[in-house]
Amino acid sequence: MSAESHSLYFQNGEGFLSASINMGLPEGQTLQLDTMTVELFLDLHSQPCRAVYLFAKKANIPFEYKKVDLASGEQYGEEFGQISMVRKVPVLKDGDFILTESIAILMYLAEKFSTPDHWYPAEPQKRARVNEYLSWQHKAIRESGSKIFWFRAMVPLLTGAPVDQERMDSAVEDLTSSLTIFEEKFLQKRSFILGQDISLADLVAIVELMQPVGTGLDVFEGRPLLGEWRDRVKKELGESLFDEAHHVIMNAHTLPQELEDKGMLEFLKPRLKKLFN
Amino acid sequence: MRLNVFVGGPYLVSLWVDLTNVWPLKSCFLKSASHRSLFPRSQVVELQPVKMPLELYLDLFSQPCRSVYIFAKKNNIPFDFKQTSLMLGDQHGEEFGKINMMRKVPAMRDGEFCLSESIAMMMYMVEKFKTPDHWYPADLQKRARVNEYLAWQHGGIRMHGSKMFWITVMVPKIMGKEVPQDKRDDAVEDLNGSLKMIEEKFLQDKPFIAGDQISLADLVAIVEIFQPLAAGVDVFEGRPKLSAWKDRVRQKIGPELFDEAHKGVMGAMEVVKTLDSSKLQGFKPRIQKMFF
Repeated sequence: MSAESHSLYFQNGEGFLSASINMGLPEGQTLQLDTMTVELFLDLHSQPCRAVYLFAKKANIPFEYKKVDLASGEQYGEEFGQISMVRKVPVLKDGDFILTESIAILMYLAEKFSTPDHWYPAEPQKRARVNEYLSWQHKAIRESGSKIFWFRAMVPLLTGAPVDQERMDSAVEDLTSSLTIFEEKFLQKRSFILGQDISLADLVAIVELMQPVGTGLDVFEGRPLLGEWRDRVKKELGESLFDEAHHVIMNAHTLPQELEDKGMLEFLKPRLKKLFN
Repeated sequence: MRLNVFVGGPYLVSLWVDLTNVWPLKSCFLKSASHRSLFPRSQVVELQPVKMPLELYLDLFSQPCRSVYIFAKKNNIPFDFKQTSLMLGDQHGEEFGKINMMRKVPAMRDGEFCLSESIAMMMYMVEKFKTPDHWYPADLQKRARVNEYLAWQHGGIRMHGSKMFWITVMVPKIMGKEVPQDKRDDAVEDLNGSLKMIEEKFLQDKPFIAGDQISLADLVAIVEIFQPLAAGVDVFEGRPKLSAWKDRVRQKIGPELFDEAHKGVMGAMEVVKTLDSSKLQGFKPRIQKMFF
């Protein structure tokens, strides 16, 4: 073996550490250490966590599932604080690189693991459509869907009384107008937001729409086109994977009791109240 | 678009263009025999499709419009500035509804392709015009840092900075009364929380959010931070790190361009005073929801 075989290089962006060491390997053959597995800090009660989970599973991305129990206030603990000072989930950890924000995480995973193009198409106008949805949804479906979840599932527990009707109606109204925009602008008569193929946009949309459903508010009722789209997305992801990811939220009615059992009520009350003033 | 070109002979080149239609031109040819008699040496001219510049529908009172504007100008991207005044209700016009059914700015039209959402628009422009790498780095982890900020800011500084602007500038004018004190206090607390997050998580000790160079993240951040500033809230007081970053960003963008983009909003308080509040009643339901 010549001295040239002592080459150690790191392929940026791919996570492969390749080493040709003088250990009797035939010339050109490398010993590859897989540094591809990422850590995903998740609680499947959270919509963005479900999007990340579903994507990672569907695209066969190797990851270590790190459960963060929000109902126990784990996000406020010291250990989690070391991971993310924002104290929210999901979080991705790739070696020393830590990333928050599900949208950023999804884009990172799509790039790093070279997932099939349809998830986040390279073609600029198609990609723009996905970006458009991912940007819009923060303050639209995500916000109103979350509000409904909190108003129906959490507020009665935290305050001892249901949310006043006016605020509830207002939240439902916001959700309704978001759903109308979703149907009339983003989906229209297409199979998926981009057309024939599912993308990150559909994934992010479906998990948000399932949030109010978990509290018994069926957003798909009276919206056949939306219901059909949901069925297509479910089929594309795989029914059992979809149901698995949504299992905890569909059992959201047990949350209040869980919180009480864990003695987290008083601790969480002021913190959670702020979220949805 | 009709483009008739008559060339040759002793006659003048005659050219007229009808620009009411934005369809790209594929070819043009002489249809009338009378033209041939006038211009015996006329030729059929096959022309390349005319590339219409990007149309950007903007109101610089709006933060996301400013980031798009600054980005396009800084990168010498050719575009048609389509003034869309929110306070005059331009967003409710029929034509604008065809560009963006959500009736918000900024909006973009590139030929037949219409796009909303400033972040999607800037990412599109990055790709289409191959802007310098630092704006939206190709490097996976640097890009993730930019994406992380761009995602967080929707519910962070954007929401909180906007609220202050509404509270101080718009609500008193439109509703004839102030926002209740407890809601104002909450808004100030939220804004402080967001500014703290920017300093402690996103900036830390780096010159810019993604590292050594300015990116879309800094651009989107600065325009949002200037909104409460325009509302009279000195967000930089007691925040030397943020202030130093602001100076760096302004320098990188170019002080002239930066100040030009912010001229309108910095004078907003004065302008709003002069507006006819009856014309602004359309904002009432939204304000009612937000604060009352």
